Formats: sequence, structure tokens, C-alpha cells
Amino acid sequence: MGLSKEELARLETKAHDLRHSIVNTVLFAGSGHIGGALSALDIMVMLYYHFMNHKPGDPHWEDRDRFVLSKGHAGIGFASILADLGYIEKEQLKTFNLTGSKLGIHLDSNRIPGVDASTGSLGHGLSIALGMALAARQLKKNYRTFCILGDGECDEGSVWEAAMAISHFRATNLVTFIDRNQYMIDGNTEEVMKLEPFAEKWRAFGFDTLIINGHSFNELHTAIEHALVASEKPVAIVCNTVKGCGVNFMEGNYKWHYGAINEDVAEQCHRSLDQYYEKRVQEKGA
Amino acid sequence: MAGGISYTVDETTKLSTAEVYAKALSDLALQDPRIVVLTSDLAKSTKIGVFEERFPDRFYNVGIAEQNMFGIASGMAKCGLIPFTSCFAVFTACRGLDQVHTDICYQNLNVKMIASHAGTSFGQAGTTHHSTEDIAIMRSMANLTVIVPADGLETANAVKAAIELNGPVYIRINRGFDQIVNDGMDYGFQIGKAVQLMDGTDLTIIACGSGVFQAVQAARELAFSDGIKARVLNLHTIKPIDREAIMKAVQETRRIITVEDHTIIGGLGGAVAEIIAEGGKACAFRRLGLQDAFSPIGLHEDLMSYHKIDANGIIETTRALMKLDFEEDDNWEDEV
Repeated sequence: MGLSKEELARLETKAHDLRHSIVNTVLFAGSGHIGGALSALDIMVMLYYHFMNHKPGDPHWEDRDRFVLSKGHAGIGFASILADLGYIEKEQLKTFNLTGSKLGIHLDSNRIPGVDASTGSLGHGLSIALGMALAARQLKKNYRTFCILGDGECDEGSVWEAAMAISHFRATNLVTFIDRNQYMIDGNTEEVMKLEPFAEKWRAFGFDTLIINGHSFNELHTAIEHALVASEKPVAIVCNTVKGCGVNFMEGNYKWHYGAINEDVAEQCHRSLDQYYEKRVQEKGA
Repeated sequence: MAGGISYTVDETTKLSTAEVYAKALSDLALQDPRIVVLTSDLAKSTKIGVFEERFPDRFYNVGIAEQNMFGIASGMAKCGLIPFTSCFAVFTACRGLDQVHTDICYQNLNVKMIASHAGTSFGQAGTTHHSTEDIAIMRSMANLTVIVPADGLETANAVKAAIELNGPVYIRINRGFDQIVNDGMDYGFQIGKAVQLMDGTDLTIIACGSGVFQAVQAARELAFSDGIKARVLNLHTIKPIDREAIMKAVQETRRIITVEDHTIIGGLGGAVAEIIAEGGKACAFRRLGLQDAFSPIGLHEDLMSYHKIDANGIIETTRALMKLDFEEDDNWEDEV
């Protein structure tokens, strides 16, 4: 069954609010990985606000679904979700990147409630997520594990070590997302280090591989529903996304992989996000 | 026996060090369902295949992919398991280091790394398979406990102690058979506490791993032929280091030699040097090990001789050291 109109509207509003929160957090921090945070956001919203079993009041609940943000530099986006859900205080976002703050670019799982793995060194997260998925099987638990990779991250050989093992161990209780925003620090993924045929690679490694629009909650919903009943092959979801999604002058511009913003730029971001939201709920929305 | 293991030397005399590790871990796994094992196509080489026979559902062979193995282990530990990785030392400390550093040590996770074929113990395999920098690398990892057992029974003790300790542990063992240092398991093994195997007042030989047996042999020979009374410390735990035993040796013997099957830079010798330097007391000091070099190829015992970390090499260095003068300072009140 698809998403109800009400649920879709709720998710769209939530994503919109969180996009504003990300811009504000980047402003508090002075700079941040805004491009990749905005591209991955809708996937995280779909998981945290619809699919995942978790308890913000009990972050160590052993039956919770696990989430590994393998592209750890999108932590500035994840932090807004954690603050919105109550894992951390919203006021803490104002300290992002400041000396002495618990919140830095790459979130520390031992210091931030709700963060299941400390990521940042790219190519690590999928292996960690596999360990969590295998532990579920070992401990006879039903929790699911979700992992989001960056596309540029897939240059790392260790990603493919993990992919081979997920398939080998038939870890169907793990769902792999790739935030295919097409850009890495130095430019387009196809110019820096060619990834295509990308989905074919995942298929060759034994994954049931879906290609979707990573900013469509309907498509995300359908793909995740499909992944959660997988029993033979693990599922990889290649999410075509837009780097800097929602801010017109950042979209598709790799120079906003990491950038500094001041109050004027932040204001432009907020205005653009409002326009984006209006357009999105009218065109793509319900 | 419930709550632990106890082997005699007779029971383990036909087992290599790695086989004692595999036996100990299998016996302990019977008592603790949280224990799982991962290996990177080294079930046979590291002898942990016996665990797979006893607990096939708790055994994961990830193929030749160490980075993935340490990442998986960290995820398992995050969810409450106690993963043991069974892998060569060089591929633990070098190939998998980014994952060991970030996924395991930074997150302070309960992963136990059994690092086999350490030092030059797989000497014939060539330098690609020697591991002569791993102690230096691993002891620089925050949160990590680093243990270098001297023989099979000490390895069994280390495995047992590692399970009882909540946090990451690196246990460095050799390929094949170690000379027997301990005739039982009941000698008070404790992480972070050196074992004094011989007492002496002329100098102290501080050793770990395969250096320990050689140190004992050297001390016996020195007593017999030269009348030199050497203290021998088995410093099985490199981190946390037994500062007290080291400074006591400095104070009481004023001459220190360290012996390790490892580079002299940053390993046992480096760790002891740091303690002595910060202790502020003069003492004659030599580090035996690989002298900032990669090892040639050869049998372990031949390489130990080549690198002067066998009994003969220790004796030679001891005799030279006994002739050295150093500043006398009998005032120990100002020790820092």
C-alpha cells in the first residue's frame, strides 16, 4: 500500500522544516557539508519518521532498528533529525563545530545519543552495518539495519568488500541506500572516477538493485517496502538525488559539497527552500 | 570447568601457540554465547578452524578482506557480541588499520584481535608477511590493550583475560610452537602486570613474546659463566604498561635491556624508554630488536639470531653493557 495523502504531507513538511534547520546549523557552524546533507535528507526522513522502530527516550534500546550514515560528512543533516526527534537538545545545534561541542562534522556515537556508528572515514559504514545485521541474526532479533552510502564513497574498495559479503551472507535484514547525487569534492563522479554503470555493479555483486528518485517519498516508500520483505537477495537502492537539493544556487554545484555561509546567504537559502517546498508539494507531492 | 579454563603444560605440549588459542577460545565460547569468531580466509593458518567445527553458527569467514572483517566486527560489538578476529598480525595492524583505528578503537568497542604470525615467526614467507611494526602501531591506539604472550599457556591466559575486560584488545602471537616459558596457567597472569621470571641485581632483561624464553636462557648462561645476576621481566602487556616494575628494575639494577621480535622503534623498547626517560633516573639502556630494518627471509630461530634477539645476542649485549659507566645516583627521593 502506498503512502496516504496525510502521511505524504507530513513527511514533506518535516523534510521542509529540516532543510531550514540544516541551513541554520550551517550558519551556526559557519560552514558545513550542506550539499550532501540536503541530497541525503529525504532518505533519512523516510527512515526516521516512517519506517524505523526507535525510541528517542531510550537510545540504547536493544531492539531498535539500526542506522549507519556511512557518508558521515552528512552528519550536519542527521544532527537536525536527532534534534527534532529529541535525541539531543535543539539548542545544541547552535554549538555545531564549536570547540568543546559534542557535535562536530562527523558525529561521535559515544557522545551523541541516537548515533549508532561513528563514521567519517569513507568506505567503513557498510561493513559496520553488516556487522549489526549479522548480530541481529546471531542474537535472534528482528531489528533491521539501514545504511546510506555516498556515491563518491563507492570509489573505496572496502565498500565492495562489504557488498560481496552482504550478498554472500544473504543479509536481507540490511538495506543499502546510495545517495547518487553525482558529485564529490573535486567534481562530477564520472570525471573524477567513473562509477557507471553503477547499478550494474551492485547487481553484479548480488543485489536486487532498485533505481529511484531519492527525493520522492512515494518512490522511497515503495522501494523500502520491497526491501523489507526481501528473502533471497539483499536490496540496494540507488537514489538519484540532487546535491544541495532545495537551494537553487547550490543544486548540482559541487562547490557546495562543503561551503561557508553568512546571514545573507542563509536568507537566500531559506527563501529558495520555501519556493522549493511550494513547487514540490504542488508538482511531486500528493 | 565453569567460569574459566585451566590447562597443564602436558595437555598443551603438542599444541602450537595458535592451537592453544583456538582451544582456549572454543572452551570459553562454550561458557559465553556472546563470543563469535571472524577470519579472513585464515581459518586453517590461524588454527581457529576448530572453533568453526564446534560452533559453525558463530563463525564468519569473510574471505580475503581484512578491512571488511574489522568493520563487521565493530558492528557486531556495537550490538553486544564479543567478536574475535583471527588474522595475521601484519594484516591486522597494517591492512586493516583504518578500520581498527576508527571503527574499533575510536568507538572503544569490545573486539578482540588475535594477531598471529607476529614478528619474524613466519620468517620464510618474507617481509610481506613479517610483522615488525605492529606493537608500535597498536600501542599508539587510544583505548586499546596490547598483549604479547610468551607462550601457549600465556596466550590462553590472555584470551581469558581479554574476555573479562570490556574493551578492545590486541593479542600478538607467533606462528608455530613457542618455547615453553610457563609450566602452567596459574602464575598470577594479570593484564598490565609484568611477571618476574628471575631475580637479579646486575641488570634487568625486559622481554615480550619469543624474546622471553631467550632472556631466561641468557640470564641462566650469564649467571653460570660470568657470575652476572640478571633479572628477567616478562612484560606481556605493552599497554597499559607496568611502570612500577620498570622503575623498580631501573632503581635496583641500573641496567636495562629490552628484547622484542619487532623494530626497536616504538615497540617494547620504545615503551620502556619512555617510562625510563620520564622517570628521570640514569641507567644504562639498550634495545634489542630489528635495528630500523626490514628482516631478511629465513627460519624464525635463524632470524632471531641474525637480529641478536636470541640468548647469544642478549649475552653479547649484556657483557658490553656491564662495562658501560653511567652516572651514579643513589638518591631516589627526587624521582619524578
